[in-house]
Amino acid sequence: MDHTSTFERIVRGILIGLVLVFFLFPIFWIVLMSFQTNETILRIPPSIVFEPTLSNYSALITGRLETTAGNLDIAFMKNLGNSVFLSVASVLVSLALGIPAAYAFARFRFRLGEDIAFTLLSFRFAPPLLVLLPLSLYFKQLGLTNTYIGLIWVYQLICLPLILWIVRGYFEDISPDIEHAYRIAGNSWWQTFRKIAVPLAMPGIAAAGLLAFIFAWNNFIFALILASADKQPVTVGALAFVTASGIQYGQIAAAIVLSIAPTLALALYAQRYLVEGLSLGAVKG
Amino acid sequence: MPHHLELAAVSKSFKANKVLEDISLTADAGEIVVIFGPSGTGKTVLLRLIAGVEEPTTGKISIDDQDMADVAPEHRDVGMAFQNFALFPHLNAFENIASPLRARAQGDAQVKDGVARVARLLKIDHVLGHAPRQLSNGQKQRTALARALASSPKLLLLDDPLRNVDAKLRFEMRLELPRLLRQAKSTVLYVTQDYKEAMALADRIAVLAQGRFVQVASPEEIYRKPATVGVARLFGDPTINLAETTVGPDGAIDFAGEKVAIDKSYAALAGRPVTFGVRPEAVEMTKDKGTGLKAQVMAVTPLNERTVLLLQTSSGAELLASLPSSSAQIPRAESEVRITFNARGTHLFDRDTGATLGQGSRP
Repeated sequence: MDHTSTFERIVRGILIGLVLVFFLFPIFWIVLMSFQTNETILRIPPSIVFEPTLSNYSALITGRLETTAGNLDIAFMKNLGNSVFLSVASVLVSLALGIPAAYAFARFRFRLGEDIAFTLLSFRFAPPLLVLLPLSLYFKQLGLTNTYIGLIWVYQLICLPLILWIVRGYFEDISPDIEHAYRIAGNSWWQTFRKIAVPLAMPGIAAAGLLAFIFAWNNFIFALILASADKQPVTVGALAFVTASGIQYGQIAAAIVLSIAPTLALALYAQRYLVEGLSLGAVKG
Repeated sequence: MPHHLELAAVSKSFKANKVLEDISLTADAGEIVVIFGPSGTGKTVLLRLIAGVEEPTTGKISIDDQDMADVAPEHRDVGMAFQNFALFPHLNAFENIASPLRARAQGDAQVKDGVARVARLLKIDHVLGHAPRQLSNGQKQRTALARALASSPKLLLLDDPLRNVDAKLRFEMRLELPRLLRQAKSTVLYVTQDYKEAMALADRIAVLAQGRFVQVASPEEIYRKPATVGVARLFGDPTINLAETTVGPDGAIDFAGEKVAIDKSYAALAGRPVTFGVRPEAVEMTKDKGTGLKAQVMAVTPLNERTVLLLQTSSGAELLASLPSSSAQIPRAESEVRITFNARGTHLFDRDTGATLGQGSRP
């Protein structure tokens, strides 16, 4: 039964509106900026009436940035490709390592089990800079600086704890009897893991994978220090727009739009799983 | 002939907590053994040990004379129905029932036939396409049972399968199950905490209390000759009347301040402190003014074919009596009656240990 009065409904509408404006206006403004030249962006007072231009996008896609000070080559599309490759590969590696580990932590009690799980989680607490200095030295020694393998390895610090802890909760929520029933029916441990445990934890695995992807995609500092131009993702690549002749706001905006597009599309597509996945695990059904 | 299932001195502890202690049991092929006991006595753990999803701390489990110590659950050829059903939520009823058949690498046609056979037997053919969450509790229970039966395992472990279904279905299934189980020709271990279910199904009942078997015997014997006062209390509805007393020199029992002569054999126990038990159906009304115990009828409760009376003796002791509802002797509430005890429904137990000392035999 709904007893909300008209007044309550209006207040609620206004509050929701405020929240939406707060979160969505920057995105809206960025999208507008991406269709403007630097001149119209820096106009005072600002106006939302302007003549749209695709020059920012074309500059990004062709890789040639024309400024008043001359032409500049930028590797934005290459960076975008790097972002996709690094994020996808990191998440896949994390899933391959994290799902069996999560299952082990959920189902078996072993010596130091909780300590190991907590240590893995604690990677998320530590400021990345703390790890980065020693890590960059190691990487030089090992020859991993500026390699995809090195970056994917470091990205496990971001993805693995997330996947491990979210998916573990899901495995814990599956009644062990369901797995026992499948084994007694005549299936091996491995078949039971594949046919029962993993499918039942799928919403959690999808949610964790998606979150890990977004975190990996948004990472800045690891790639800034451990990779040079040709391996850098968009987050670092966007720095190139701060040029000697000024900051290219239009291109930055266009770059942001392009770089959030994949995560946004993925999140919108998967939002059902994401919300279900993140809430269902907590509620026993 | 070797026993089909043999448990030898099996114990199970979880850390310091002893759940099962020194459990020994044999079951012959095709026999239905009911494991009976109140909740929390380790019945489910015992089935899990036999199924192989838990390992015994000590002791040996053999099936067909083969030690099961290193045999994985998938190689034991058992079928198990769980109390919580444990259906696979992402598979429909058909696939749930088919899982043991598929695991045995049978062809599609064989799987289809096998599922159809048990589904027909359990009357769930019309819901085979449904997901578990779309099934009623009764259908879930039948699906779980069908899954356990599907591969015709030699050993069936049924963990209180009627616990989570409504009273009507439980009654129906209690009538149907014996036929189903005989048809399956499997050895059955059936766990329950409902004594009527145990009596209806069992060839033998094993009574479990505090992790130990206190008595393993036929239903008739469990009821007639309970090994302990605890067993006597668990079987029977209404429950047995118990009184702490001593046996007189002539074998008479001091009941509620009066000497009641019951059975001559009790004279052997003269002077002993005992717990005296009498089944409600052994409490009989007598018209003879000279004999029996005077009692006041406090309440009369008709329960279908039997009527239960709450009686109070002149000294204030309360006891229950149960008479056939058709009996002409049923007194009114508030009236005075005289009662005698039929020796065949009386028992004596040691007051300290609760172990049986004997029961009346004179009819």
